[in-house]
Amino acid sequence: MGEVIVITSGKGGVGKTTTTANLGTGLALYKQKKVVMLDADIGLRNLDVVMGLENRIVYDLVDVANGMCRLKQALIKDKRFENLYLMPAAQTKDKTAITPTQMKKLCEELKRDYDYILIDCPAGIEQGFKNAIAGADRALIVTTPEVSAVRDADRIVGLLEAAGFEEPKLIINRLRPDMVKRGDMMDIDDMIDVLAIELLGVIPEDEKIVISTNRGEPAVVDESSKAGQAYRNMIRRLEGEEVPLMKIENIEPNFMDKLRVFFGLKARAK
Amino acid sequence: MDFLKIFGREDVSSKDIAKERLRLILVHDRANVSPKFLEMIKSQLIDMISDYMEIDENGLEVKLTRMEKDDDVTVPALVANIPIKKVKHLAKI
Repeated sequence: MGEVIVITSGKGGVGKTTTTANLGTGLALYKQKKVVMLDADIGLRNLDVVMGLENRIVYDLVDVANGMCRLKQALIKDKRFENLYLMPAAQTKDKTAITPTQMKKLCEELKRDYDYILIDCPAGIEQGFKNAIAGADRALIVTTPEVSAVRDADRIVGLLEAAGFEEPKLIINRLRPDMVKRGDMMDIDDMIDVLAIELLGVIPEDEKIVISTNRGEPAVVDESSKAGQAYRNMIRRLEGEEVPLMKIENIEPNFMDKLRVFFGLKARAK
Repeated sequence: MDFLKIFGREDVSSKDIAKERLRLILVHDRANVSPKFLEMIKSQLIDMISDYMEIDENGLEVKLTRMEKDDDVTVPALVANIPIKKVKHLAKI
């Protein structure tokens, strides 16, 4: 029986789709898991583009939900990575084209055959969000070190709790160690402190993300990418391993020590 | 306001400003208190206090903020700033 994880944020543009693509690809590539990445952003689909699979779409999520095709017909197999599949969203319809009940049923069906179903949630807290979380077992919340993004993340934490999710985990994206060091960006502790949820990982700002998105190949496979490394660490944590936060360059050592204390980890940062 | 103080001081980093603003925003968000709700409290306060004092209604300020308790824990607090013009001398009962 697989697990359904929804990747959400409230605010748009903080990296939900990039995170979904990288975690999904990494779980398939490094952990040999059978993974479906499901794009729940109906009307504004993008996961297909980030994955470089936009030319292979025939059927989509709405077609499956409405019985226009079989589930397997809509799943696009990524030929580059064994065990990796994409369920694209419909582009010409809107978020009301499916219901939470349909999503739940779909997730139940996918769980039978796949280890992980990662749902890329649309921005906002309306119908699209409700659809995306309906069938999920766990939730990950992506934020960036900005007031607006953290505020929205807090709202999502509240809504997820109200929907019965226990312990959603936080992903801090686009952290700039140089700005943190000079006091012009909230640090990890600041955000954890305010949101009071557990951290899954921190992704440093990395231009390789732009380059990899240009090419349609997730950065997680790029050994030289810092963001890729952060995603690889996160994948191990998802699988239950204890992995210390990576040493993001230019952050003072005592700051890193503080982090390690926070996580109760004795191991040296890689 | 605390805020202006923060802005005025140059040795406060922008991340501290961000964090302080965020905390205040979240107090409001989490308490789910709308400006309309605060206005209602305000008008009832005016009604009630006016029996005893003459107050400057335009200068009256009611806001939701945070307060530090002695054990370093911060809690949401409703703070009312009520400028008094004159205390009414009520006949002693």
